[in-house]
Amino acid sequence: MKAAIKKLVKMPLFLPIFSMLLVMAVNIIHDASIGAPIFGFFSLSIKNNILYGRIIDILNRGSETAILAIGMTLVVSASAGTDISVGSVMSLAGGMCCMLLAGFGNTNVSEYVTPLWVGIAAGILVACLCGAFNGFLVSYLNIQPMVATLILFSAGRAIGLLLCNSSIVYVRVPSFQFFGGYCWIFPTPILIAGICIAAMALVLKFTALGTYVQSVGINKNAARIAGYQSKRIIFTAFVICGLCAGIAGIVATSRIYSADTNNIGLNLELDAILAVALGGNSLGGGKFRFSGSIIGAYTIQAITTTLYALGISSAQAPVFKAVVVILIVLIQAPVVRAYFAKHNIKGIATSPKEAVQS
Amino acid sequence: MMNTSLQKPQRRSLIGNNALLLITIALFAIMYTAGCITYASKGFNHLQTFLNILISNSGLICVTCGMTCIMLTGGIDISVGALIAMDCMLLAVGIEKWGLPAPLLIVMILGIGVLFGLAQGFCVGYLEVQPFIVTMAGMFFARGMTAVIDTQQVSITSSSFMSTLANTKINMPFNIGAYMNSKGRLMIPYIRVSVLIALAVVVVIFLVLRYTRFGRRMYAVGGNQQSAALMGLNVRKTRMQAYVLSSFLCSIGAICYCLNTMCGTTTQALGLEMDAISSAVIGGTLLTGGVGNVIGSFFGVLINGTISSLVKNANLISSWSNVVTALLLCFFIVLQSVFARIKQKGNK
Repeated sequence: MKAAIKKLVKMPLFLPIFSMLLVMAVNIIHDASIGAPIFGFFSLSIKNNILYGRIIDILNRGSETAILAIGMTLVVSASAGTDISVGSVMSLAGGMCCMLLAGFGNTNVSEYVTPLWVGIAAGILVACLCGAFNGFLVSYLNIQPMVATLILFSAGRAIGLLLCNSSIVYVRVPSFQFFGGYCWIFPTPILIAGICIAAMALVLKFTALGTYVQSVGINKNAARIAGYQSKRIIFTAFVICGLCAGIAGIVATSRIYSADTNNIGLNLELDAILAVALGGNSLGGGKFRFSGSIIGAYTIQAITTTLYALGISSAQAPVFKAVVVILIVLIQAPVVRAYFAKHNIKGIATSPKEAVQS
Repeated sequence: MMNTSLQKPQRRSLIGNNALLLITIALFAIMYTAGCITYASKGFNHLQTFLNILISNSGLICVTCGMTCIMLTGGIDISVGALIAMDCMLLAVGIEKWGLPAPLLIVMILGIGVLFGLAQGFCVGYLEVQPFIVTMAGMFFARGMTAVIDTQQVSITSSSFMSTLANTKINMPFNIGAYMNSKGRLMIPYIRVSVLIALAVVVVIFLVLRYTRFGRRMYAVGGNQQSAALMGLNVRKTRMQAYVLSSFLCSIGAICYCLNTMCGTTTQALGLEMDAISSAVIGGTLLTGGVGNVIGSFFGVLINGTISSLVKNANLISSWSNVVTALLLCFFIVLQSVFARIKQKGNK
């Protein structure tokens, strides 16, 4: 029994899945205590041809974080640093897209000035350029990732505001609302996130990108000597992160069919980084688990939704988020792990042979 | 690498850093002179404009000094803005709703700063958790606690102690920089109490970093943790102490901030951490640790303040100041990387 638990705890995806289950348990207990159906958390229903349910809501709202977590996982793994500019870049991509669709200076349009695909392509392109800029600074100029991305962190949102002439640009066209709205009975963001995740999973499975990224993250110089182009790999990771930020930005903009540059993606970079950490990935670079990050992203959204369901205001929710972050990092802390390992050995130490073997 | 001994540092290893500091100061001088020439008609050339930059950035100066110390040890602290919001809210609610005397609350806030720093520093120093994550948790916690204390904006109106401190004008001695305004009244430039606090912080931290064991230890730990440990320095304790110092300075900054705004809100000092980090970087502090100076950081804050003041005078949208600051930040970061590369070649 004890061995089974130990084996379970050592499973790579233990932490993200365990926290997900914990959140579900809290939901069930809460539902039971207020007299609602116990499994209300899992119930799905179709109203007005649209799928409803708390799980659908979590998947829908968590789409942006999940998309960002894809790129962030690669950046964290390859560069041992974090990209703190993704939230700003999201807002810039949304601002660029809406500016093109509405025409500069217009704040409220019901017709496209430029075709829809041009706006979206430009938004995503700008985000990719931002990623390339970050990647250039980090890989070719050897600047710490956090410092390099600090530039776009403060500039991205500001440039977005300038593009939108410091106002909220509304694009009231139904086809623009599609990306944040509904596709048949499913919310489109879920589908977009699903496509992105599937694409990345396929890339990781059928190309050597994952291996490259991990080996660069474990030891940059060793990877270079072994024949990998470390710089180009780090650069690629940042460009992919920018691409993800662009897609997430378009989704977030389409959700509210307007470029609210001040609020789109606000603090989302922290959620994305948290998702990577929650997924059991070390923020020190190296090995990563893609599935862990994705589960982590949805877990964060589940925690947030649960907190709201418990009646905690959005301003107070960060206190609980802080507790979650502290618990996660304490479990992962090397010193704490070493402490537990030492005590486990002491427990087994009654039979010296086993201690030696372990 | 950085000279980690407690003796006087070698000249050669510091040339690059002095150059960075000089560039920062020169940049500030050029920018300010340009502003004086361009906007002379709007009164930019009066001493008061400069003093106003000091007054409105007094809180940021204190925070940046703390941030510099943390960055010297190779860490980072993104919780400062949220901590300021929590402190201001506590001060405002304590005075207005709980009826506590302001001096007691100020002592309480300083105590909370130390405790906050101890908690974060313990996680960073002794548990060896990444500083970014620890302080992110600290940020979430402090920002959330601000809303737990009160979700409304609370203005400080009933404390005579606070309003006296906030309204005291300290005129420049001997009428330096005084001028006649259009109505023929003599305008004497003044500063506020918060500026005195901020300047005192800069001087004290400068002396601490330069002449005390604690200060030199921070440089040593940031320069190279392993060699610092081999030299017998307590790396863990030093890193923790840097966080305690930073959070303490942050609480002092919160008092300056509160004297300027006289209120507490949940969105106060939003994004201040990035202002502080960018000021320190512009001032020549390396995020990798071991290199930096509070004088540079002080000028970094002044450059930030001058930019926003110039943007305001040019009647531009305020987001331009963010863009310009980011451009400057980019310039300095690239410059630092170039200097680091030159130094590496020199060492070989």
